[in-house]
Amino acid sequence: MSTPTPQAVPGATPKREMWSTRKVFILAAIGSAVGLGNIWRFPYVAYENGGGAFIIPYLVALLTAGIPLLFLDYAVGHRHRGSAPLAYRRLARGAEGLGWWQVAICFIICVYYAVIIAWAAMYMIFSVTEAWGDDPAGFFIGSFLQVSEAVNIGFDFVPMVLIPLIIVWAVVLLVLAAGVQKGIGRANIIFLPLLLVMFLILVVQSLFLPGAADGLNALFTPDWGALTNTTVWAAAYGQIFFSLSVAFGIMVTYASYLKHKTDLTGSGFVVGFANSGFEILAGIGVFAAVGFMAFSSGAEVGDVAAGGIGLAFIAFPTIISEAPLGGLLGVLFFGSLVFAGFTSLISIIEVIIAAVQDKLGMSRVKTTWCVGIPLALISILLFPTTTGLNLLDVTDAFVNNFGIMACALVTVLLVTYGFRKLPLLGGHVSEVSSIKLGLWWRIMVGIVSPIVLGYILISEVIKRIQEGYGDPPMPDWFVNVFGWGMAGGLVVVAFLLSLIPWGRNSAANDPELDSPTLQEAQR
Amino acid sequence: MSTAAIVMLIIAILTVWGGLALALVNLNRHPEDDGAMPAEHAPEL
Repeated sequence: MSTPTPQAVPGATPKREMWSTRKVFILAAIGSAVGLGNIWRFPYVAYENGGGAFIIPYLVALLTAGIPLLFLDYAVGHRHRGSAPLAYRRLARGAEGLGWWQVAICFIICVYYAVIIAWAAMYMIFSVTEAWGDDPAGFFIGSFLQVSEAVNIGFDFVPMVLIPLIIVWAVVLLVLAAGVQKGIGRANIIFLPLLLVMFLILVVQSLFLPGAADGLNALFTPDWGALTNTTVWAAAYGQIFFSLSVAFGIMVTYASYLKHKTDLTGSGFVVGFANSGFEILAGIGVFAAVGFMAFSSGAEVGDVAAGGIGLAFIAFPTIISEAPLGGLLGVLFFGSLVFAGFTSLISIIEVIIAAVQDKLGMSRVKTTWCVGIPLALISILLFPTTTGLNLLDVTDAFVNNFGIMACALVTVLLVTYGFRKLPLLGGHVSEVSSIKLGLWWRIMVGIVSPIVLGYILISEVIKRIQEGYGDPPMPDWFVNVFGWGMAGGLVVVAFLLSLIPWGRNSAANDPELDSPTLQEAQR
Repeated sequence: MSTAAIVMLIIAILTVWGGLALALVNLNRHPEDDGAMPAEHAPEL
């Protein structure tokens, strides 16, 4: 055939999608930032690290690293109007690999993150009948997940997880196929207010439970001595860093769909404080409920407090069984996890879809299925099995600590000292924004962030080498392959992907999509 | 609840939610440039 298809014509790449208003962008960015970690990680981290005193390192971390890094992501995505690999490629020669590293991290996270949403969805149903009876821990590990004693990879599927997982993938891919505005934007406009309303009702219900005040007392009583402890400060920076969804491509991608003239810093402060505002709300709701759990079992709050999977799938079922209107509490709690997780999952997968779409110049729908179906199959093949919990545990720990954390450190170092692009990026943000980025921002990104990230990363590496991973420790081969090997593999994959040339249909060859600053345009 | 816990609860709420309120006020003072609205968007948004 001699007639070229429309997509084969140079410059005929589909027009880049955009958010209709900045409100939609802000909602989507909050939806991405507010995830499972806000609900099940923050309350326990705060409790463990100084209680009420934790608010000081937490706010310092938000203002000195969280929000400055958020602006860095916005700047890269907005100025260079591309998915992570394309935006970094346009930022500097040789930076493309950083973008692919972020895409690879998102690939790992999304395949297990979807599974937790599937669990939470099932627990919404279980809450109505209190299916766990009087043994929530035994039910979760035994009856529900049917966790095998052997730590390996198996294909013994658990239908109760498999079926909701398939549904989660189907829904999330349908949303993504609908596009940036009509899919992602619309989903956030529906789910985010719903999450807030559900969670507010949950908090009010928890506050009326007997013992709630004891829980809040345990969470907010300050331990001022903690402020002299570096691990407490590292915990604050770690919490802010993981919670805000910075440095793994999401905010780069979302910012690339903004109009040229958008108040980036004004929007970023709203996103940063809204995310933290939800964490404080979660702290109040979760610890009020934990206080009730201590009250009803006659234990101390410190004995029953937990975080992560233990809080959600073991402690909360116990609370639900004993609380008046427990079924309602359960539906609200697990429903909140589902909605918070779902809007975050959307953003994680979007990083990959946007990258592939830019690279191959395919339509949104086609890219969604080409990327989404393999992702869903990997997730469905590896995780809803009797061996899925251990795999999820180790990949989650290593992709966060040695994937996102390492990638963030390398990114800030390279952008600041290697490519020397901070003045350019700061200048771009200042031109379009209400709050200007000056020297303070460059100090936070170029000096404070690398010191803090480097400290956390090195301490974590030492800890893992000395202690191994898991309680009881997982076999070395398992941790070496799915922990260290996976984290190292991400870098190799990123490097290899950055070597593949960009075709003439790719977004890299669409000059209209680059976004030089106004000053540059006038030169 | 102890006095110290109540004080820290109030400080946490005031700083974080106060920060959010300030951020929203700042954003509203700088309305976006409606001229650059993309032509095609979901009608209800």
